[in-house]
Parts: sequence; structure tokens; C-alpha cells
Amino acid sequence: MSDPMVVFDRVSKSYGALEVLKGINLEVAPGEVLSLIGPSGSGKSTLLRCVNHLERIDSGAVTVDGELIGYRQVGNLAYELPEKLIARQRARIAMVFQNFNLFGHMTVLENVIEAPTQVLGVPRRHAEEHAAAILERVGLGDKLTSYPRMLSGGQQQRVAIARALAMKPKLILFDEPTSALDPELVGEVLDVMRALAEEGMTMMVVTHEMAFARDVCHRVAFMDGGKIVECGPPGEVLANPSHERTRTFLSKVN
Amino acid sequence: MDVSSPSPAPSNENQTDQPPLLTYVPIRGYGRKAAAIVLAAILLSFLVSIAGNDNFGWPVVGQYLFDDRIMSGLFLTSWLTVVTMVIGVVLGTILAIMAMSTNNVISFVANTYLWFFRGTPVLVQLIFWYNLAALFPDLSIGIPFTSLWVSIDTNVAITPVMAAILGLGLNEGAYMSEIIRSGLMSVDSGQRQAAKSLGMTNGKSLWRIVIPQAMPIIIPPTGNQTIGMLKTSSLVSVIALSDLLYSAQTIYSRNFQTIPLLIVACIWYLTATSILTAIQSRIERHYGRSLLQTDAPVRWRLFRSS
Repeated sequence: MSDPMVVFDRVSKSYGALEVLKGINLEVAPGEVLSLIGPSGSGKSTLLRCVNHLERIDSGAVTVDGELIGYRQVGNLAYELPEKLIARQRARIAMVFQNFNLFGHMTVLENVIEAPTQVLGVPRRHAEEHAAAILERVGLGDKLTSYPRMLSGGQQQRVAIARALAMKPKLILFDEPTSALDPELVGEVLDVMRALAEEGMTMMVVTHEMAFARDVCHRVAFMDGGKIVECGPPGEVLANPSHERTRTFLSKVN
Repeated sequence: MDVSSPSPAPSNENQTDQPPLLTYVPIRGYGRKAAAIVLAAILLSFLVSIAGNDNFGWPVVGQYLFDDRIMSGLFLTSWLTVVTMVIGVVLGTILAIMAMSTNNVISFVANTYLWFFRGTPVLVQLIFWYNLAALFPDLSIGIPFTSLWVSIDTNVAITPVMAAILGLGLNEGAYMSEIIRSGLMSVDSGQRQAAKSLGMTNGKSLWRIVIPQAMPIIIPPTGNQTIGMLKTSSLVSVIALSDLLYSAQTIYSRNFQTIPLLIVACIWYLTATSILTAIQSRIERHYGRSLLQTDAPVRWRLFRSS
């Protein structure tokens, strides 16, 4: 249909002797919600962090919206981009972390307007109005002047999602967004993510929430040992896996 | 009253059946009170004996408290402390960032600087800067392999004041660097990652995200250093600068009123320390506001950002 939003082309990465990604090929279409599942140490978080160049890859290529990430290609050579240009690429690829990583010295509103004003140069007034609207949407319209430490984990993660949305991203990366939450707070975060998915946001989600992967995601990629073992609609991968390793994993988490 | 309560109110008969509620009596702490009274009595008699002791020469203290020489000494001590601390903080920040660099040469240079300036007495460093002309009669700056050089006589460039600023400032930079490094390392690495993922450059994330959160760790020891510098700066008397203490010494070397003049100096040192302490707690409150369990008041800012 349209050009893919994210393309992984034979991506490999090692930490010393340990090969964490082994020739990953993957495409994510615009508006698609892809979940990455698999045992810990399978490389799913690393794969996600390659999309915005928080991790350097050793070979292969990652492109987002047709743009090579982190490098400038000249013939067969790829020169690493200067910091400023990498920062510019990252500005449109938002990320939500397991531990929220909200800026502790800033109020909720300041957290959300920080990058729009400092990185995109949006005037403060505009940024504040936009931020207040987004925070209203994630159900935190009454917390603008609170500091992160006064909020519950679920509220903090919703602020983190609002902070990501304030950059008007092409794509949002979620790195185990509910793993640090108390069980009763998982739902409120997943609800916000579900709403984003319905609005057509492109999302890559590393998760252990099988119900979310099944109900919300268009495709599920199962990773093990640095490879994508299988990838397809949740109805196939989760309900009727074709690989033994997938079956073993699913029997453990369900 | 039509206020409905979820459970029926207990009836009167029920209440009479229950044992009466306990009345709590806080611990008396007679020992603490007695100790406080004894301490206050000792303190009072101590103060009375000092105030009534003619040997302290209180009239002389009053006479010299606002003496011109004392005032100009106080002025030198004050601005020398401010200038050297500013140099120390700026230099310390640069050194701390260098020491944390992944490039071995850069961190080696920073660590060698620390090793040298923390490892030699600051008194020696002061005398060294003062006598720089003996080692380098001329100071030159310019572009190598060109004729664009400016040369200046070292004795002209390194005045006693310049030697004091260099000696104290460069030494302070080494100590401040460790304080700032510990502050920067106390900030969770996730903060930098979040800043990066939002498209901030390293410089911006350091300035906007990391340093403000390192401040609560950095400020208390920096306050210590500043108060320490106030008194360390009295070392400049060895290079013939009249700071507060040296001014007092000059006066008592003529009139032999040693104790009263040292008391004058101490009164001013204590005054300056009190002011610095007040400034420190003000700054601490500013950077600690996110640690309070309250919402931010509208635009609570120490320095207004435009």
C-alpha cells in the first residue's frame, strides 16, 4: 500500500562476544501496531532502541520513514551523523520507558513542554496549550502543577506518553511500558495506548501483556536468541504458533 | 439533620457498656529538660564572664570594628572569595565532565590536574604563582608557526591579586570538580536517555535535565567550600595582600591589642558566614522544591527565565 514506516534490513548487533541481534529483517507499516514479545534477553528491547539510535548497530540498516537512522550513506559507506542531526531524527521518534524517566525537577506540564520548546522551538504559550490538551486526553488535566514523585506509577507513565505525544511523533516506541506498574494500574496505561492505536499511531511495543498484544496489535513478533522466530497477526502467532519455541514461551506466560 | 451515615450510630446503652477510651500521656522527658536548663546556665555564665572581662578589650573592639583598614580587608576577602569560587565552580564543572569522558586522554588530563592541585599545599601554590616570573620571565600567547604572538612581562601580568586569584581559583577547581562529579553521577542514567529520545543534544540535556537534578547533591558541600574559602583566603597575606585577617594583624602589630583585633576579624568572618549560610539555604529550597509533597506554586523561580 504505502511505504513502510520502519525497516530493519539485516540488522546485527553484539555486546563484545555476545550477539544480541542476528540479522533482523522487519517492516512496520504506517499506522501499524506491532508488539515484540519473547523471553528476557531475547533482544527485543535492544531492537527497539536501535530504531532511535540509542544503540549503535554493527551491520545492516534501520530506516524510519525512508531515512537511514544515525548514518549518512555515501556509496557503500555509512558515516555516523553528528550529534545534532541524530537528535533531529530522534525528535520525531518518541519513546516511552519502563521506568517512566520523567524529569523529576519539573512539574507535569514542564515535562511535557520541555522538548517542544527546547528542541522544536515552539513558543511557550502554544506548547502549554497543546500540552494541557494532551494531558486532558490522558486523564491528567488536573495534575499540571504536580511533580512526578507525587503521582502513582500509572499516572507517571501516562505523563510520559503525553510527553511523547507532544513531539507529534511519526512513531512511538514503548519499552515494556507496564512492567514497572502495580497490577491494578496496568489497565489505565493500556487504555491510553489502545486509544492511540485506534487513532492510527504507528507503535512498536515491547510487552509482556499478552492480552494487549492479542486485542490491540495488528502483528506480533516473537523473538528468541536475537532472532525473530515468527511474526504475524496475533490470531496466528499467539493462538496457533507454528514454532516449538513460541509454543513453549506462550505456555509459560499464560 | 438529614446527614446519612453508612453505619447506624451506636446507641447510648452500648457506649456505657464499653470500657472508657484511653487518655494518652506523652513521655515527660525530665532528664532532657534538666540538661537544657544546665546548658543554658553554663552558656549564660560563660557569656557574662566574657562580657565582663576587661582583658578582652571590648571598647577597643568597638573602636576598630568599622576601621577603614578592616573594612578594606573585609572587602578584599569578600570579593576574593566570590571570584575564586566562581572560577572554582566553572573549572570544576569542566574538569568533572572531562573526568567522566570515555576518551582516556581527556579523563587522564582531568585526573592528573586533580592529583596535582589536591596533592600540594595551597600555600605553596600561591607562592608559586607569585614567583612565576622566576620561571617564565615573559608570558607569550599566539598561534604556533606564525608571527602572531603577544608577549608580556610576567611581573606585570602576575600582580599579587592575580597570583591570589590563580592560586586559590585553580586549587578550588580541583575540589569542586569532585563535588560536581558526584552530583552528576547521582542523576539516574534514564534521565539522559529520556532527554536523548526527545531529540535533545548532550549539551542541552546536561544543562536542562542533569545539572538541575544534581544541584541538591552539589549545593551543601559547595557551601562548605565557600565558607572554607572565606578563611583560606587569609593565606594571601604571604603574598602581601591585605585581607581581613592581615589588616587586623597589621593594626595589632603597632598597638599590641592582639586579642581585640582578632575578635574584630572573627566578628566579620562570622557575619560573612551567616550571610553565606542564608544564601545557601535559599538556593537549597529552590532546587529542593520538587522533593516537597506539594504542587508547584505558579512560576516559582529563583531566576526568571525570559
